[in-house]
This record gives sequence, C-alpha cells and structure tokens, in this order.
Amino acid sequence: MKYVDEFRDPELIRKTAEEIHRIVDPDAHYRIMEVCGGHTYSIYRFGLQDLLPQNIELVHGPGCPVCVLPMGRMDDGLNIARQEEVIFTAFGDVMRVPGRQGTPLELRSKGADIRMVYSPLDALKLALDHPERKVVLFSIGFETTAPSTALTLLQARELDVPNFYVFSNHVLILPAIRAILDSPDMRIDGFIGPGHVSTVIGARPYEFVAKHYNKPVVISGFEPLDLLQSILMLLKQLREGRAEVENQYHRVVTWEGNAAALQAMEEVFEVRPVFEWRGLGFISQSALKLKPEFARWDAEVHFRVEGARVADPKAAQCGDVLKGALKPHQCKLFGKECTPEHPVGALMVSSEGACAAYFNHVYVSQASGG
Amino acid sequence: MCLAIPGQVVELLDEHHHYAIVDVSGVRRKINIGLLKNQGAQVGDWVLIHVGFAMSKISEEQAAEQLRLLHMLGESEEALQEVQGYRFGEEGK
Repeated sequence: MKYVDEFRDPELIRKTAEEIHRIVDPDAHYRIMEVCGGHTYSIYRFGLQDLLPQNIELVHGPGCPVCVLPMGRMDDGLNIARQEEVIFTAFGDVMRVPGRQGTPLELRSKGADIRMVYSPLDALKLALDHPERKVVLFSIGFETTAPSTALTLLQARELDVPNFYVFSNHVLILPAIRAILDSPDMRIDGFIGPGHVSTVIGARPYEFVAKHYNKPVVISGFEPLDLLQSILMLLKQLREGRAEVENQYHRVVTWEGNAAALQAMEEVFEVRPVFEWRGLGFISQSALKLKPEFARWDAEVHFRVEGARVADPKAAQCGDVLKGALKPHQCKLFGKECTPEHPVGALMVSSEGACAAYFNHVYVSQASGG
Repeated sequence: MCLAIPGQVVELLDEHHHYAIVDVSGVRRKINIGLLKNQGAQVGDWVLIHVGFAMSKISEEQAAEQLRLLHMLGESEEALQEVQGYRFGEEGK
C-alpha cells in the first residue's frame, strides 16, 4: 500500500479496509466495475487494489472519453484539420491520440494549424479573433463536458459567430453501462458510479441498473476513502441481497442532477441513433450530435464528414482491456510497442486510460523496484 | 480530465452571460457560471470547475479536500496550468 499515511483519515481507511475483508465471502469472486476513468486513475495512483482481498477484482470501465473514441473519428477530425482555412482545436488529451496517419501533434508538426484549448470557450474566442479562418472544436467527453459545449454553442448562436464549428464526439454513460450489462461475456457484480458525470445527470438515472438488472450501484467520490467506502457499500448490498442506487458522493452529487446543464444539452444536442465505441462496438442511442437548428455550427454538416470506419491495429488488444477481459499488462503490446511515450491505443494516451494508469503507477514502480 | 478544480468566486461579471472571476490557489481567471443559474452563485461561494465552467457549488471544506486530492494525485500543477490556460477571458487577440 502506497501513501496510506498521507491520506485523510488513515485510521478510517484502515478500518474500512478491515471491514471489507471481514464481510467478503471468501468463496466468492467479486467483479466490481469502476465506470469512470478518474476512478481508475485514483485506484492505480493510490494502489487501492493492494488494500482489498484477492477475490475482489476491479474492472476498469469505459468512462475515459479518448479511450472509447474509435480511430475513424480521429481520422475524420484530422481530415478537417488538414484544410488550409481551418484552425483545429482540441483538449490536451486528444492531441496525442493516434489516427491512421498519426496524432494531432504530429500533424501540427507538418504544418496544420492545430491548437490545444482548455475550454470550448477558448475555441469560440479564437473564432471571434480570427474571422477569416474556420475554427473547429473537436469536442469530446461524457455528460460532464457536454453541457459546456452546449453553452458555448448557445453563445455562438447569440453572438452570431459564422466561423465556429463543433465536431461532436460527446457520448452518454448510461447506454454504455447498459451495453456492458447486456454483453453475455461480461459478468459484473456491481458498479462504482462516476462522480462528476453524476453531478450533471444525478444519481436517479442509474436506477435501471438496480431495478432491471438487479445490480447495485454506488456513486463515488475520488479520494481513497471514498472509493473504499463505496466498495464496502457495494459489498454490503451484495451480502444482503439488495440492489439499489446509493450515493456515497452526496457532498457533490444530488439525486436529480443539474437541471440547467441538462436543459442546455437538451436545447443543443439530439441523441444519435447509433455510435461506435472502441472496444464495445456499436451502441444505439449512445452519443450526441448537434440538432438541425445548430447545423450552421456543425462541423459534420459543414465539412461533409463521411464517417471513416477504421479497425484498431490488429496486435493491440484495446477492446479486450476496455471490456475488462484482459488486464492492461496482458496485452501483447503493453510496455513494448505501446507506452505512454509512444501510444498505439488510446488507453495508453490519457492519464485516465487503464493502460497509462497501470503503466505509470504499477509497471514503472515494479520495474524500478519501488 | 475528470477531476474538477475547486475555486472561489471573487467577482460576478456581466449578468447576461453569467461570468465570474474565480480564485484558484491564488490564480484568478474568468470562468462561465451559467450552469449554476438555478443555484445562484454569490461572491465567496466555492465551485468545482471543469473546462472553464463551474459545474456545481461545494462547501469550503469540500474545496479544501478537492485541492488536497489533486495534490495527492500529483495533478495540482496541471490543474493550475489548465486554469491559467483559459484564454476566453482575455481582451483582444
């Protein structure tokens, strides 16, 4: 166990871990999925698996936006970025995600005008500052980020900005969870629900997981104590035969979510009939596109994006890692061809990707004897 | 990045667009507070910030915990970089 003394309430952490050990059924094998990439990062960073009994397996879920983005969408985006009049903008995580012909950073070094932004509003500002150029935001993220893109688009409409375009790759967490539950080869006993997505959508929409699939969900904060408490809450539900949605992160997440954020999303976006997810395949009603009223600002309409379909590199086993069928280090490329410096798959790009988190916090420290 | 950044509202800007100046560990930047319109942000409130937008109001205690968490995760510098990187509050080109 790393850093245990740095934690808030180390004593409480020890007690919580002890209680987890006390209540697990030693003959059972528990598969608990943490849906959110932020949780994956925290789990590896703090070495939480070391505190848990051997028979609790943490399965890393799909809640890392760049990790689930299929390569075809990167290629579509980069095709837009190659156009002379375009300033292509994206968040930092996206800059190192490879398409078939390299990453946005590599394309930039070949002369394309590609800029990293920290906010969708930065891209809108660029459009206002460069009226002679077309500024494209490659937007990405779950319900945490989609409301910010929506408000930015509402502002673009209000200011009547003609040269701002959004290439929406926003995805929805609930259809992904449903797809995992429907997948015959994925047995999950309970879910650690995402923290910040849930500030937007609230805890209530997870009820279908409990009611229809009979699996417990606990919405969790990001600290070690939060995650351990959430795991304990899940184990108690399992032991008592309950399947409910519980909210461990109630200091930030409400039952109903953020109505203003949901309203902004509703005004700007509609649900796509189907969207491809890396590792999970095509999931119906799982992603957001701009409504026809916003077609003027829709990069897919303006640049006539065809929708490239690109299979993942054959040797990379990103899909199996994303589904929890393989652990990161069990992929043939892990730590060899595929490293955080030279990622082959997106799971190695984002610090929230299971492979990068495992590489940085487990693999490197093992290699250095730490 | 899923880990939101805590900041304190120090000034409310134009009513219409719902902008505010926040202080994040001494760094002051303009952010959008439109997502808080139902909760009503006031000077002195603590908020969680994500990609230039306040996502929710939090307690001062929760803000301190979130800062500490970012520090423990080795992400506090990156968080400050992000806040310093918001360009939309700047005048002109």
